[in-house]
This record gives sequence, structure tokens and C-alpha cells, in this order.
Amino acid sequence: MEKEQRGAGALLYYDQNQNYHDFVIERNPDKCIQCQVCLRQCSYSVHGYDERHDEMRADETRCVGCHRCEALCPTGAITIKKNPSDFRDNALWTPWHIKNIYKQAATGGVLLTGMGNPSPYPVYWDRILLDASQVTNPSIDPLREPMELRNYLGAKPDAIEIINGDELKTTFTPQIPIEYPLLFSAMSYGSINLNIHCGLARAAEEMGILYNTGEGGLHPSLYRYGRNTIVQCASGRFGVHRDYLNAGVAIEIKVGQGAKPGIGGHLPGEKIGPEISLTRMIPEGTDALSPAPHHDIYSIEELRQLIYALKEATDYQKLVFVKIAAVHNSAAIASGMVRAGADVIALDGFRGGTGAAPTMIRDNVGIPIELALASVDERLRQEGIRNQASLIVAGGIRCSADVVKAIALGADAVYIATAALIAVGCTVCQRCYTGKCPWGIATNDPYLAKRINPEIAHEKLANLIRAWGHEIQEMLGGMGINALESLRGNREKLRGIGLNEVELQILGIKHAGA
Amino acid sequence: MEYVIIGNGVAAIGAVEGIRQWDAASPITIVSAEPYKVYGRPLISHLLAGKIHESDIFYRSDDYYDLRGVKLLLGMRAVQILPDKRKVASSDGRMLPFDRLLIATGGIPFMPPLPGRDGPDVYTFTTLDDVRKIEVLIGKAKKIVVIGGGLIGLKVSESLHDRGIRVTVVELADRILSTAFDPIAGEIIRKHLTEMGMEIILQNSATEIVRENGHIRAVIMSDGTRRDCEAVVIAIGVVPNISLVEGTGIKTNRGILTDDFMETSVSGIYAAGDVAEAHDLLLGQRRVTPIWPVAYLQGQYAGFNMAGAKIAYRGSIPMNSIEFYGIPTVSIGLSNPVGENYEVRHMYLPERNLYRKIVLKDHLLAGAVLVGRIQRAGILTGLILNRIDCESFKEELLKDDFGLINLPVEVRKKMLAVNP
Amino acid sequence: MKRVYPREEVCIGCHLCEIACIVEHSASKDIIKAFKAETPRPTARNLVEEEGAISFSVSCRHCNEPPCVQACISGAMVKDYQSGVVRHLEEKCMGCWSCIMACPYGVIRKNPVRKTVIKCDLCPERPIPACVEACPNRALIFEER
Repeated sequence: MEKEQRGAGALLYYDQNQNYHDFVIERNPDKCIQCQVCLRQCSYSVHGYDERHDEMRADETRCVGCHRCEALCPTGAITIKKNPSDFRDNALWTPWHIKNIYKQAATGGVLLTGMGNPSPYPVYWDRILLDASQVTNPSIDPLREPMELRNYLGAKPDAIEIINGDELKTTFTPQIPIEYPLLFSAMSYGSINLNIHCGLARAAEEMGILYNTGEGGLHPSLYRYGRNTIVQCASGRFGVHRDYLNAGVAIEIKVGQGAKPGIGGHLPGEKIGPEISLTRMIPEGTDALSPAPHHDIYSIEELRQLIYALKEATDYQKLVFVKIAAVHNSAAIASGMVRAGADVIALDGFRGGTGAAPTMIRDNVGIPIELALASVDERLRQEGIRNQASLIVAGGIRCSADVVKAIALGADAVYIATAALIAVGCTVCQRCYTGKCPWGIATNDPYLAKRINPEIAHEKLANLIRAWGHEIQEMLGGMGINALESLRGNREKLRGIGLNEVELQILGIKHAGA
Repeated sequence: MEYVIIGNGVAAIGAVEGIRQWDAASPITIVSAEPYKVYGRPLISHLLAGKIHESDIFYRSDDYYDLRGVKLLLGMRAVQILPDKRKVASSDGRMLPFDRLLIATGGIPFMPPLPGRDGPDVYTFTTLDDVRKIEVLIGKAKKIVVIGGGLIGLKVSESLHDRGIRVTVVELADRILSTAFDPIAGEIIRKHLTEMGMEIILQNSATEIVRENGHIRAVIMSDGTRRDCEAVVIAIGVVPNISLVEGTGIKTNRGILTDDFMETSVSGIYAAGDVAEAHDLLLGQRRVTPIWPVAYLQGQYAGFNMAGAKIAYRGSIPMNSIEFYGIPTVSIGLSNPVGENYEVRHMYLPERNLYRKIVLKDHLLAGAVLVGRIQRAGILTGLILNRIDCESFKEELLKDDFGLINLPVEVRKKMLAVNP
Repeated sequence: MKRVYPREEVCIGCHLCEIACIVEHSASKDIIKAFKAETPRPTARNLVEEEGAISFSVSCRHCNEPPCVQACISGAMVKDYQSGVVRHLEEKCMGCWSCIMACPYGVIRKNPVRKTVIKCDLCPERPIPACVEACPNRALIFEER
């Protein structure tokens, strides 16, 4: 009922600032067949149907630019465009700032957002170029020759000892083989729904990689994917119990998240339904508050205590990851983490995504992952402890070239999350925090969550990994390298473009042409 | 294996189709007194009303029998069944041997002993020939009295009314369609038909057909009133046509008694359709259920078992779908339950001629009556036939948009996921 | 035989299956013409049931022993035992609604323009029925079970 009234004269009752909406909806009347698919698909109630005039209407003030209606319109009648309405040009007072002030003046609240930092900071991936073999060192054709992408996560010994000719005497801590240098990054059950989790788990299983539960516990139906699971233990300790810790192949202690370094998380009580309540081990309807710090970790020493507590709890069979947001002193912190016993260091850059974060935090805190990665790798090498932990980077990995560059800068593997969500439909509208995700991803509303068919999600996610894998092989082959291991930290294969001396120095690469 | 079927109605067709699912080749012979290929018997009212042509009435295609290897002996009456000799004697003196026999002789109109009954212009209305006979009245007769306000009576009345004849229906019960309808449904339709110009007299019966010089002049009713008319149609029901089995040892009650496999008391001889008294799903006893879908189904199960499949017949439930001048009605199962332990709910909007009633017993749906809106009525039929526990959603059953979505999710998923 | 099976856990209630059915059974088989130029607009033979978060699309199950065929008084409803399809011969249909009374799935509808019924024909001109192909979320599966 409500939907039918909308779209017609609704602005009359709105705050005047609502007119400065971000998107306009262009509906081609020659193509619109009034089938109302747009109306049914829009979870923000933008579209309405006027039965008397057999006409579709739209309340553009509600449009978040998710493009769901456009995608499902069977006649292609809808185009979502940026609202051309402009304020007077002002390099300082941009429409973004002006609109935010209007919003806050109206609500008195913190600006909230979702996904990663969209601001126009430099993207170093785009200022780094890859090398290729010519004449002196032949390139390799991955379609004809073996090309190794397998990698093992875990601490490597300083040296190995062989006895009796070919017998390995050194004992290894657990190693996790991954068939691609790509892991699905932590996204909690709660922030995303079980259908996506299921798709991630199945894709990880098929592709021989790992996915990460995030801080929402592990739904009972997903224990069967344990060999491909990293369980997370974060400051809220949601869903953490003995079986959970032993369910996967690794436990990740999440200290920080790239999208919101320094602050905790908050899953509102209305999202805590029966299944999530069970999985998170908190009562239905209560807010799931993850504190900003771990209240038992105030120093590297205390981190070490938790790492070893977890190792004890899992009989030293599981790897312990420690994940931090990339911040100013990442290199020193990472060194401490390795010394505290972390098997894997995960660094999450400032482009990393989130289900919800204060906009100011997301857009202004943290540093680019490229720089953090280079400095952490360099520091660990200098200290001679690089082998003691694997290094995974996250936060804005968009394509296989970014992956190759990350590996060459020193990473063992990368985490992807935003890219994975885009693979299943996400259009990065940044409204994850509303719980109304029209693509059925960042929502547990049963009506919307059905939009993710785990089977389709599985296929698309596996395809993405497969496709990037092919491309990585091509790029490796071009450089004359036949194993990913040989690229790790091989910064000679990288050149900067348009970078200054300091940037080049931090990245540890030469400028193009040099 | 040789099959003989006596009768060529829908039960016979059901049997042919049932046999052929299990036995593709053995010869089947159909003996039928009527000289026509199978026709949609309920369509005779459409034919009389002039809504369809005679060629539209045939139920199966012209080559139907040939394609299925069925030998058709039309216009030939089976005069005697010789169970011991496994033969049927026909009116032309032939002896038809059989291994399996189906008696599907249907029903014949019940003719009450009524003064003035014998003579011209008293009609019945169950066959194509009846239409041809009544057809001569069109344009000549102005008033006709129809005795019986059941399905046949009302349908013939509607057709005659459509052809410009003033019709009076006399019904003994307190409502029309007394077996299928309850008082509210009966009243909605009575009112509607009256508004359309038909006269319907309830709780009354014809006691005499008055003739002058042999011609019908009027019908006198039990309360003494009189209706002038030129013809009378008697439509107070059909009775199983069991005369053929007298003296054969085949057991009968009202109809020919059949077991769960539609077999009669004589091995190898089956009965189906309006002549048979077969298991009734809701009453748990044997009963004659003279309706079209039941006849087909009984015929089909008889066919299965004649061909050796040994599949038990689930049992019949009565059901009728009838539309009266734009008001569709459906009644399924027990519409007027007798006895205790029935839970009856209804929804009635008189101003819109909408009525919906459901009858529950022991958490199971036992019957339903729908007037005005009948869409998806079959879901209710399915609930009755499949013995679905309705307790958890019984409130929903009265919604006129009741759908599969109102069923418990396990029931629905099972229904939709399996090979039907 | 291959049938269309709904999966309600992934049906998103978009009704694109109905739209595809309408187009497939239109004269032009062109979505815009079918909706804008053809009068009367063809009727969908499938039906999306919805309540709250639950939705699914149902259409004729093409039963092995179809109650609609048993109930049909005119011979308009026939089971083709070769293909398994339950076919409705519209020219023979008298609009008595017996099939509507009999169908346990409630998937036979009145034709809004003629006094006949209308039901799924499994898209005889397509290898995969239109509804199945149009479903954006694989909530309709066409397979042998």
C-alpha cells in the first residue's frame, strides 16, 4: 500500500534537502511495460505503481544507486544516472561536504557508510608497472608449460636439516597449501548472510583456497568446509568456542580492520535473528558490539598470550593469523606480531571494505596497503624474521595485476572481499549498513537474502578465482617465472610511474626507465 | 488377453486408457447401445442451449479407437453376461468372448410413478438422443416444467430458458442441488436463477401430469398448486443400470458392488462408473458416485487391474463444478456433513454472491463449497484426497486466495519437488 | 520427462517468469509489443505465490495421472503419454471449470478473455521453458526427476 502512494507528490512532506538527491531515474516510456519488477526489487521503495494511470513512478530521493532495478528490468527501460543538479563550483566546499552537513544538521548523528574508502587518494597499484622477459630470459607459455601457483601458508624454519641423505629432520609447524594466492577475506555471518557464506565456502573448497568467517561465528551447516576455513577471533569473541576454534585450518585474531582502524564494530540488535543469535552465541535482538580493542590485548606480550592460548586450545594444529589495519607504524607492529608467534600477518589497507563504518574514519584513517606491505616486508627481511610468518594483504585488490604486484612487493597471498561481493552482484553503493542490500548480500532480511543463490554465488566466485589465476599465470609467464614462489618479494620486476623519490624508496622499487 | 467393455461412456474410456498403460496390444472390444462414439455427456446441456455444435460434443478424436486397437460395436446391446463361459451375448446374436470384462453401463433416469407420466412430451435428459428429442420442442413449447432441481434438472432448465422457453423447476428438498449444495449456496443460485427469469419451486413435488387429449396441459403439485405447461422433463436422478447382471451371480446393492480393484464379486469381471458401487474415500463405505471424474477414474483403475497391474483404487469423492449464468460454483466432498465431529467454517458475502465453506473432520478437510470465486479450488480437492492435516492452517482455508503458500512448508515442498 | 520444479528458497518474487510466459505466448514474442500493442495481453500460465518473505512460481506439473484430464468433460484436457505433456486443446474447452476443481496445484486458470481455461504447455517451441530461462536466480529448475 505504502509503495503505491510513493512517487507521486511525496516530496511535499520531505525535508527540503531531500531534493539534493544523488541519482535520477530515467525510465524510457516506450520500453516500460509496467511489469513492476523494479518495484519488487527495490528495497528502498523508490519505485511505485500508479494503478489508475497504469504508470510507474519513482521517488528518486530514496535511490541509493544500487542499479538493481536497472539490472532486472526486462526491457532495459531504466537508466540510473547521477543527478545533474549542481551546486556552484567550489574546490573546497564540494557537494559531498555540503550534503553531509545538511544530513548531520538534520540528524545530529555520525555519518555512516559501507564498503571501502572511495576518496581520490593515490592508488599505487596503478603507478606500478610489471616487467616482461625479452630475449635474454625467455618468457613461458602457461598453456604449454607447468606454472605453479600453489603456495604454503605458515611459518618456515630458518634452515632445514637433512639426515641420511634425503630425510628431512626439521619439523615444520602446520602449513596450509593454497592453490591460488587468493583468499576470501573476513566477512561475518550477520554482516552478510548465510547464502553468501555458503557460496564463499563452496568456492574456496572447489578452488583449493580459504575463506574467512569473520567475527560472526560459524554456522553449523558450514563446518563441513573446515579444510577451507579460517575462523576469526575478534574483540567481541562472538561465536568462539572449542569446536569453532578447531573447525577450520587457521584462527585469525582480528586486531584491526582497514576500513575502520581503531574502532570496533556494531551489528544492530534487529539483525540478530534466531540463526545469527545461535551462531554468535548472543541473545536474539541484542546489539553485537565488538569493542575497539581486545580487552585482553594491551601489548605485544598480551597478544603473544592470546596466540599461544589459541595454539594450546587447538593442539598446535592450526595456524594463527593476526590481522591489523595498515597504519603508520605497521612495520614495527608487524615485527612484534611475528615475534609474538603469529604464523600469518594479515595487513588490511585503508581501502578495505566494511559493512558499516563512520564515514570520517573510513575515509581518513589508515594508509595505503601498497606502502604498508612494502615497509612490513622490508622490515621483516631486515630483521631476518620474514620466514617466520606468511604475509597476506587486503584492502582494495581489484584485479589479478594488483595481486601480482602485491606478491612482487612481498606478499604471500592476498585477501579479497569487495571483489568477491562484486562478483556476486554488488555494485558498491555503500549502503551495507542499512541491512537492505538489494542484491541480497549485506542483509539478513529473508526476503532479500534469497537473492543470493548459493549455487550461483559458488560458481561466480570460483570463476573469479579461476580467471585471475589464468591471468596471474600469464603475467608470471611473461616475466619468465614459472612459480609464484619465485615472484614473492621480487621487486626488480616492478617499476614505478609518476612516483616521487620517497614513494619509490618506501615501495623499494625503481622508477620506470631506470 | 481379451478385454470386453460394456458401455461407451467416460468410464469405458478411462478403462481403455488404463488398460493401454499396462497392455499395449491385447484386443479390446467395446459394446455400446448408443450409436455414437464417446461424447462429453455433460455437454448435452450446452448442445441444447445452442452454444455448441453436435460435432463439438465428442470427447475423443475420430481415430481414437483405431489408434488404441479398440473394436467398437456401436448400436449393439449386451443382452446377457455368461460369467462361466466368459462370454457376453449381444443383441445381434453374437457371443463375445472375454478374459476380462468391464461393466460400464452407467445410470438410467429414475422415473417416478406419476399419473400422466406415460405419453408424449415427457422427457429425460441424460443422452444425446434426449437432446434430439427435446430439440423438437424448441420454438413450439412455451412453458415446461422440470421435475427435479438437481444438476441435470437445473442444466436442462438453463438450456431451455436460453432457448426462450419459460421454465419452472420443482424440487422436493428445501434447496436446489441438495446433494452438492448447502442451504446458503442453494439460495444464492436459486435467487440468481430466479432473477434470470426461471421459476424455482422448493419443498414441493409433482403429483400429477395433467393431460388433455393426450397432450400435457399442466403439472399439479403436492400443495395443490398447478403450473400450466406443454412438456415435462423428469430429472430426479439416475439409478445404476444393473439389469444386465441380474441372475449372473454378480453381487449388487444399489449398484454393482466392487472391491478395491474395481472387481466385482465374480473374478475377472469389473465395474466402473455410474453403475458401480465403489469405495468412497470420505465415508469409508461403498457407494454409487455418479459423477464424471469419478467414472473416468474408476474406469482407469478398473483398466489397470484388468491388465494385471494390481493397483488399488483410492476411493471416490464427489465433486461438481457448475456455473449458473456467470456464477461459478464448486462443491467437493461432504458439503452437508451429517453427524458430529465435523468442524464447519464459512465466509459469506451476500452482496457479492461470494460464499466459501469448508468442512473439517479430525484435522482433515472433508468437504468444501465455493460460490462466486472458484479459482484454485482443486487445491482443496487435493487436500481432501491426499489426507493432509489441515489443523495448522485451517483459518486460511476460508481465504478466497488460499494457495499452496498457505500450506506447511514441508507439505508444499514435497508436493512441488516430487515427480507428480 | 523433464518438468519445471520451483525452489522457493531462492525465488526472489520478481515475477519475471510470468513476464517471460506472457511474451512466449504472445503473437509477436516481443516483450514490448506483447505488453503494449497486443490486446488482449496474453495471460501468464504460471503463478507466483507470495506471502511475506516466501515466494515461488508454480505451473502445471504435467502429472502422470492428471486429475484435470480425468475431470475434463469435453476432452479438451489430454495427457500425451509420449511426451508426458498435459495438453489443453482450447477449441474443445467449454469453460466448465472441472479442471480447476480437480487440479491439486491450483495451476489452471480461467482465461480472462474467452470462456476457457489456460495452463502451462511447457513451451513446445523452446528447448527450455521460457519461465525457467528467464529466472534470474535459478529458482525454476527444468529437469528429469
